[in-house]
Amino acid sequence: MNNSRKTQAWISLMIWVVIIAAIIAAPAVLPVFRLNLLGRYLSLAIVALGVDLIWGFTGLLSLGQGIFFALGGYCAAMYLQLNSAFEFPNGIPEFFGLYGVEKLPFFWEPFNSPIFALIAIWLIPSLVAGVLGFLVFRNRIKGVYFSILTQASLLVFFNLFNGQQKLINGTNGLKTDVTLLFGQMVGSDVVQRWFFWISAVLVIFAWLFSKWIVRDRFGNILIAIRDDEARVRFTGYNPTIFKTIIFAIAGGLAGISGALYTVQSGIVSPQFMTVPFSIEMVIWVAVGGRGTLLGAILGAVVINYAKSLVSEALPASWMFIQGGLFILVVTALPEGVLGWIQRGGIRNLLVKVGFSRNIATYPKLEIADREDMKV
Amino acid sequence: MNLGVISKFLFFMKLSKRIFAGLATASLATTLTACGGSDTSGSAFDDSVTVGILHSLSGTMAISESTLVDTEKMAIEEINAAGGVFVDGKFYKIEYIVEDGASDWPTFAEKSKKLIDQDGVPVVFGGWTSASRKAMLPVYESKDSFLYYPIQYEAQECSNNIFYTGATPNQQSEPATDFMYKRSPAAGKPFFLVGSDYVFPRTSNTITKAQVAQLGGKVVGEDYLPLGNTEVAPIISKIKVALPSGGIIINTLNGDQNVAFFKQIQDAGITPANGYYVMNYSIAEEEISTIGPEFLEGHYGAWNYMMSIDTPASKKFAASFKKRWGEDRVVADPQESAYNMVYLWKQAVEAAGTFDDNAVREALVGQTFNAPQGPVEVMPNHHLSQTVRIGQINSSGGFTILEETGVVTPQAWNQKHPSSKGYACDWTDSSKGEKYKL
Amino acid sequence: MQLIIESLFNGVAIGSVLLVAALGLAIVFGLMGVINLAHGELMMLGAYSTYVTQLLFKQIPMLKPFYDIYVIVAIGIAFIVSGVVGILLERSIIKRLYGSPLETLLATWGVSLILQQFVRSVPLAYGSGVVVALLIALSSPLLLPDDLLAGTKGKFIKAGTWFLSAIAGITTGGILSSLVSKLGRASARNVDVTAPSWMRGGIEVFGTTFPKTRLLIILITLISVVLVSIFLSKSSWGIRIRAVTQNRSMSDCLGISTETVDVLTFGIGSGLAGVAGVAVSLLGSVGPNVGGSYIVGCFMVVVLGGVGNLLGTIIASLSIGVMTDLIGAGRLLTIWPTMPSPLASTIDFFATTSMARVMIFALIVIFLQFRPAGLFPQKGRMVES
Repeated sequence: MNNSRKTQAWISLMIWVVIIAAIIAAPAVLPVFRLNLLGRYLSLAIVALGVDLIWGFTGLLSLGQGIFFALGGYCAAMYLQLNSAFEFPNGIPEFFGLYGVEKLPFFWEPFNSPIFALIAIWLIPSLVAGVLGFLVFRNRIKGVYFSILTQASLLVFFNLFNGQQKLINGTNGLKTDVTLLFGQMVGSDVVQRWFFWISAVLVIFAWLFSKWIVRDRFGNILIAIRDDEARVRFTGYNPTIFKTIIFAIAGGLAGISGALYTVQSGIVSPQFMTVPFSIEMVIWVAVGGRGTLLGAILGAVVINYAKSLVSEALPASWMFIQGGLFILVVTALPEGVLGWIQRGGIRNLLVKVGFSRNIATYPKLEIADREDMKV
Repeated sequence: MNLGVISKFLFFMKLSKRIFAGLATASLATTLTACGGSDTSGSAFDDSVTVGILHSLSGTMAISESTLVDTEKMAIEEINAAGGVFVDGKFYKIEYIVEDGASDWPTFAEKSKKLIDQDGVPVVFGGWTSASRKAMLPVYESKDSFLYYPIQYEAQECSNNIFYTGATPNQQSEPATDFMYKRSPAAGKPFFLVGSDYVFPRTSNTITKAQVAQLGGKVVGEDYLPLGNTEVAPIISKIKVALPSGGIIINTLNGDQNVAFFKQIQDAGITPANGYYVMNYSIAEEEISTIGPEFLEGHYGAWNYMMSIDTPASKKFAASFKKRWGEDRVVADPQESAYNMVYLWKQAVEAAGTFDDNAVREALVGQTFNAPQGPVEVMPNHHLSQTVRIGQINSSGGFTILEETGVVTPQAWNQKHPSSKGYACDWTDSSKGEKYKL
Repeated sequence: MQLIIESLFNGVAIGSVLLVAALGLAIVFGLMGVINLAHGELMMLGAYSTYVTQLLFKQIPMLKPFYDIYVIVAIGIAFIVSGVVGILLERSIIKRLYGSPLETLLATWGVSLILQQFVRSVPLAYGSGVVVALLIALSSPLLLPDDLLAGTKGKFIKAGTWFLSAIAGITTGGILSSLVSKLGRASARNVDVTAPSWMRGGIEVFGTTFPKTRLLIILITLISVVLVSIFLSKSSWGIRIRAVTQNRSMSDCLGISTETVDVLTFGIGSGLAGVAGVAVSLLGSVGPNVGGSYIVGCFMVVVLGGVGNLLGTIIASLSIGVMTDLIGAGRLLTIWPTMPSPLASTIDFFATTSMARVMIFALIVIFLQFRPAGLFPQKGRMVES
């Protein structure tokens, strides 16, 4: 038993060494364009961590993480727009002129302050997530109903943002590339490089934070809720509170992720709240390995990188690959790639093919011992 | 160091590069002749240049945008067949990289960065929706690169890094509104405005409302359908309440929403026979063939180019497109616009004698081209002056051209829109630039 | 009065599209607990079948005289096409995932992506060929006598039927693409189904126009609902389906083949999606994204109606339809012009199509606060799963 834990720790350590080495080497090796892509995908890893917390650990499949992702992005973009609005008529962002708006809508006002914006990026999404989550969990709506409701909320928010041209620039979204931050153009290579570093550091922090959350009793309760909610309730815990808290945390992570993604891709728009994008977030986690945290990060980065490479070469084929990936991971690889490796998948494969001798172990006992790995 | 020194240094570098390149070609030529018998005209090109094409090949917009890719490829093939681009004493073959914007605005920005940084293309032909252009604009401005955008749009924008070959509102919607209010069978009747929920319909309708008020007419209602939603029944109810006895409907719905709209208004009795006339800004020959002329007959459209234009240039354009891509294909205004921009780029590069952005930009203004629609000219605000035509849709799926204006100069800043009245754009004069007061 | 009739009719018209689209979903979800996100794409297949049928009736001289009734034929074809694809989906993927609805949700989303891209990149003629091949291959075990399929010999025969059906599929594709040139090329272009002339226009009653296509769709919906409820309550297979829904293991013990029941239920649910596709194709254009715009609305109907309850599904979809028209068309203002101004301005704010959607979804979420299990919750003692 101890032995297998050690192996897993080694695997994790090795992956981390590789990741950190890759991050440090990337700016020197990769061209600007690819580096920017990597930075964006690292920021997506943060939202994937949130998905892993609520789905992999707590069993809540949210198809609406795009809401919180976009909210975070909008918070960042609103600050940046205001920060460089002084050169435009009325001192408000340029797009308002298109719709004949002369006065800043009231909810824009607080975003003049950078501190407010920095807090809003994670606080607003997690508040929205908390409220939505509480309303749903309070009624013991769960399972697929929860998924459907989150998807419906996603559409509500999409339509709301998409239809409000005068308040938030509708379909076009808010662009950040030509705005100023500390007197520098956000789209410039220097600032972008900084955002790459920030994303890399924040991914690691988000991972440590998530790890800390699922470590102790709190994490155990989450897993218990996933595996048998009724029993948790009978034991005297109130699952609603725990579910609401973890959903709010995932919302906050999504907000941070959205803000980083926005400043690196140069625009936030209601497109972030389309149905496919939110489902994609789930597949990153599923492929990487749910309940593994590290798998979420790897899944987000690798799949997105693959997507951009494949769609450059064969634009039409990505949909097939992605669809196939969904089916494959659900039917053949339910633990995801990392989960599969951690359970000795490679060794088993080698045994099957005949390259390696089967070692006599009692795998069931090992699995039974590891609460956090149960699916 | 001051800037003057840098620019001088850069200029010197460029000059020396050019001299070096010239020497290299000359020496190559001599070696070749020295070898004897080796024929340079065997491959007619001395070099090649790669341009970027960026449209949606997947997702909702693929239907429309793929026609532009086809047209741009055809234009490039035509230019190559005619000897390529002649720059600085060399014939360049045009190669292209096609990237997929996937109907997703952030992807357009991402792929633009890729084309500019990774592939180093001197120019990108691309975009369709305004949202995709708005997403790409900051990329081209921050990297000082060049985008050619071929679609009629809402204007209210004038970038130094974008060249717009589609119509501005004063080259499409304004003459059309004027026609509808004064000379159509529904002249003098009230207006109802329908559009998809995004920036072009909303801005276009703001202009139309201002213009209708000036003309003394009345707009009795407007509604916008969210993109991707095809449930038009509530809008039809609204029209029937607002226009009980016929009127003018200005339609800026997008793509497949038009099919639902026209099928259902006909069923609801909103037809020319009952006094309802629809003026369309987004329906060209391509869309007519999809929707079916039986639903559209008697309604109107306004474009710069219509396939039924009876000139040799127009016929040749249509014929070569059909020859290249299939007999049942049609050409329409957006395609003509895409075709023009490739040729105008070629002319500008040849006039500049280099692929360098700034030189091409300067050379571009003032270029004229004998387009399928008639002569067009690049104006100092990076838009084209072009002809406006009003047509009525006929039963064979084409337009019967009713009116034709002279060549109209483009207004990047609309003179009827309250936010831009009295402003203009001129990139040839450094004291004027993007937006100056007239 | 006229206003109310018109408004009610519009609501029913919108609602009936939703109902016919949600019906199959409600059956599959309610009876099997499977979330089928590919339901919209099965609708899309139905819509494309209508288009292919229409072209065949237009272009083949033998079928030309019957052009006027092609829609009725198309309903049958669409039912079979979507049903066959649905059965294949059930046999290959979903049967592995019973009992884990979240996994089915992800897998069927993958299927929906593949189906969308499939119609974009494969010519319709060969797409039809694939369906024909599937139809033959899947139905051959039912048609051949059992003793032929037993043993090693049976395996060869099975392989033989697959081979033959592949040939049949390719032949069909070839014939179709040579007969109708439009079907021979791959195209992402949206296509259009035109109703025969007798179905166009409207009927005037008391000064109100009722569009004929809308009436036809209401009729299609009505017939589907009636047939489905008769099937479920009267036929022996319907009764078996309900038995399996109530207690799977007990039904299994009593000799009901639960596997057959699963196939049948899923096949019928998918087939109904095909019928919905016909209805949808009459209203708008047919394209790869046609299903996507309906799917979320359908799920809301199912959730609002209460799972596994046909009456709930009907009431939910009709009330969503009526509300869409009332809110989206701003009818409340026309009906009650002297409304107090704050209320009036709120209603005006939501009186656009996109904001009406926001409002309705928000209302549904609020409603679920009071009745979490929908309009008609499942009764009886249940272990929370």
